[in-house]
Amino acid sequence: MKKTSFNQLHKDAGGKMVDFVGFEMPVEFSGIKDEHLTVRKGVGVFDVSHMGEFWVKGPNAAKLVQKLTTNDVSKLSKGQAQYTCFPNGKGGIVDDLLVYYYEPEKYMLVVNASNIEKDWKWLVSQNSVGAELENASDDISQLAIQGPKATTTLQKLTKINLNEIPYYTFVTDQFAGVDDVIISATGYTGSGGFELYFRNEHAEKIYKAIFEAGQEFGIKPIGLGARDTLRLEMGFCLYGNDIDDTTSPIEAGLGWITKFNDNNDFIDKDLLLVQKSEGVTRKLRGFEMIDRGIPRHDYELADKDGHVIGKVTSGTQSPMLNKGIGMGYLDKEYSAFGTEIYVKIRNRLLKAKVVKVPFVSLL
Amino acid sequence: MNLPENLKYTKEHEWVRVEKDSVYVGITDFAQGELGDIVFVEIETEGEDLPKGETFGTVEAVKTVSDLFMPVGGKVVEFNAALEDEPELINKDPYEKGWMIKIEMSDTADLDDLMDAAAYKAMLEA
Repeated sequence: MKKTSFNQLHKDAGGKMVDFVGFEMPVEFSGIKDEHLTVRKGVGVFDVSHMGEFWVKGPNAAKLVQKLTTNDVSKLSKGQAQYTCFPNGKGGIVDDLLVYYYEPEKYMLVVNASNIEKDWKWLVSQNSVGAELENASDDISQLAIQGPKATTTLQKLTKINLNEIPYYTFVTDQFAGVDDVIISATGYTGSGGFELYFRNEHAEKIYKAIFEAGQEFGIKPIGLGARDTLRLEMGFCLYGNDIDDTTSPIEAGLGWITKFNDNNDFIDKDLLLVQKSEGVTRKLRGFEMIDRGIPRHDYELADKDGHVIGKVTSGTQSPMLNKGIGMGYLDKEYSAFGTEIYVKIRNRLLKAKVVKVPFVSLL
Repeated sequence: MNLPENLKYTKEHEWVRVEKDSVYVGITDFAQGELGDIVFVEIETEGEDLPKGETFGTVEAVKTVSDLFMPVGGKVVEFNAALEDEPELINKDPYEKGWMIKIEMSDTADLDDLMDAAAYKAMLEA
C-alpha cells in the first residue's frame, strides 16, 4: 500500500487506517461526527496527499486543457482555480478535477486518487498538440485546512493576507518557513478554508506548525469518513459514486461547469449540447428522508407503488440535520424539487423528498 | 477493552446477559468501537419468534450498516426504546444503557454455544 508523508503522524494521532484506493489513509480519528462538527464549527486538517497532481506546460498547454475539460479555461486569470471535468468521448466523465492557472503556459491539474493512472493515460492519449506533461503526484503533499477558524489559524504562519485570497484563487508563497507553498482558497467541505500544496520533504514541518497554530481553536485531524459526510451535506459530487464514466455532466447537474461558448471546444461538446437543449431522461438530485432511515449507495429509489425510478449514489445520516440525506439519479418526471419519492431500505419503502442542495445552509 | 465477566458473547460481537429464562442482548465494546458513531438502530421484530442466528435488526453507523443476529432462539419481547432517540447510548454504554433487545428463550441449551469473556477475548486477539 502507498503511504503519504503524514502516515506516521496519523498513526500517532490514533487514526483508524484503511486501504483507500491503494493508499493507507485514516478513515477517522476522534469519531466521524465529532470530526464533522469540528470542521463545521472550528478547524480541522485533512491529509489529501493521495490526490494526483499533473503539470501541463508549454505553448500548447492551454489548448490541451481547453480540449480536455468542459469548463472554459480561457476565462481564468493567473492565480485562479476552476472546478471542471474530463468528458470521456462517450458522454461520460473520466474524472472531475481542479485546474490551476499557475502562470502562462503552466497549469496544474488536481485529480482524484482513484483515477490517477486512468487520467494520466487519458491525458497522454489526447495530447495531440504536444503539450509538456508531468505527473507530480508522488512528489506533492496536500493538506486541506477547513472550517470557520481555518483562516485565523493559518494566518499565523504566513505574511500573505489570507482574507485577500478570494474563493477559488491561490498564491504561491512562503508558509511556515517553507518556500513555494501553493495556498489555495478551495476545499470540499463548504465550511471555508484553504488547501496547501508543497513538496513531500516539508510535510512534517508544515503539519506540526498548523497544529500548533490551531491549538487554541481545538484543531483536530479529520479522516476520510468526515470528508465524505461534509461534502455530501453540501451536495458536492464524489467521483465513483455520483459521477463516473456512464454519467454525463448534464445529468449530474454539472451544466454550470460545461461552457458551450464558441471559444471553448472540448471533447463531447456537440453531444452534451444536444443533452442540454433537448433535456436528459434522468437527473442527479439531492433528497432528504421524511421517514426515519439512512439511504446508502446503490439502494433503489421508487415511486409510491414501489416502481423503480432511480438509484442512490451517495447517502448518509447528516450530522448537522440529524436525518438521512442522499443523492441519486432520478427519472426526469420525479426530479422536480419537492417531489415525494421512496427509498427501498431492507424491502420497505421509506418516504423522502427531492430538495435543492446544499442540504445544509452555513450562512 | 471492557469485557464484563458476567456476560456471554457471540462470534458476531454480541453480548448476552441471562436473567432466568430471558436474555438481554447488545453489541460489545469492541463492536461499537469498530462501527464508530452509531446513528440509527432499526428493530422491527418485536413480538416475533425467531430462530437462533436470524437477523433481528440492523445497526447503522455513519459509514456502515450491520445486521444484528439472534444469539439464542426465542421471542423478541422488548426492545430498548431509548435507542430511538439516542442511538449513541450504544457507543457510550454498550453493556448497560445500550442494550438492544430482550428475548424469551425457547431453548436454554442455545446458551451452551456462547463464549465466556475469556474465550471472546481470545477470539479478538487471535
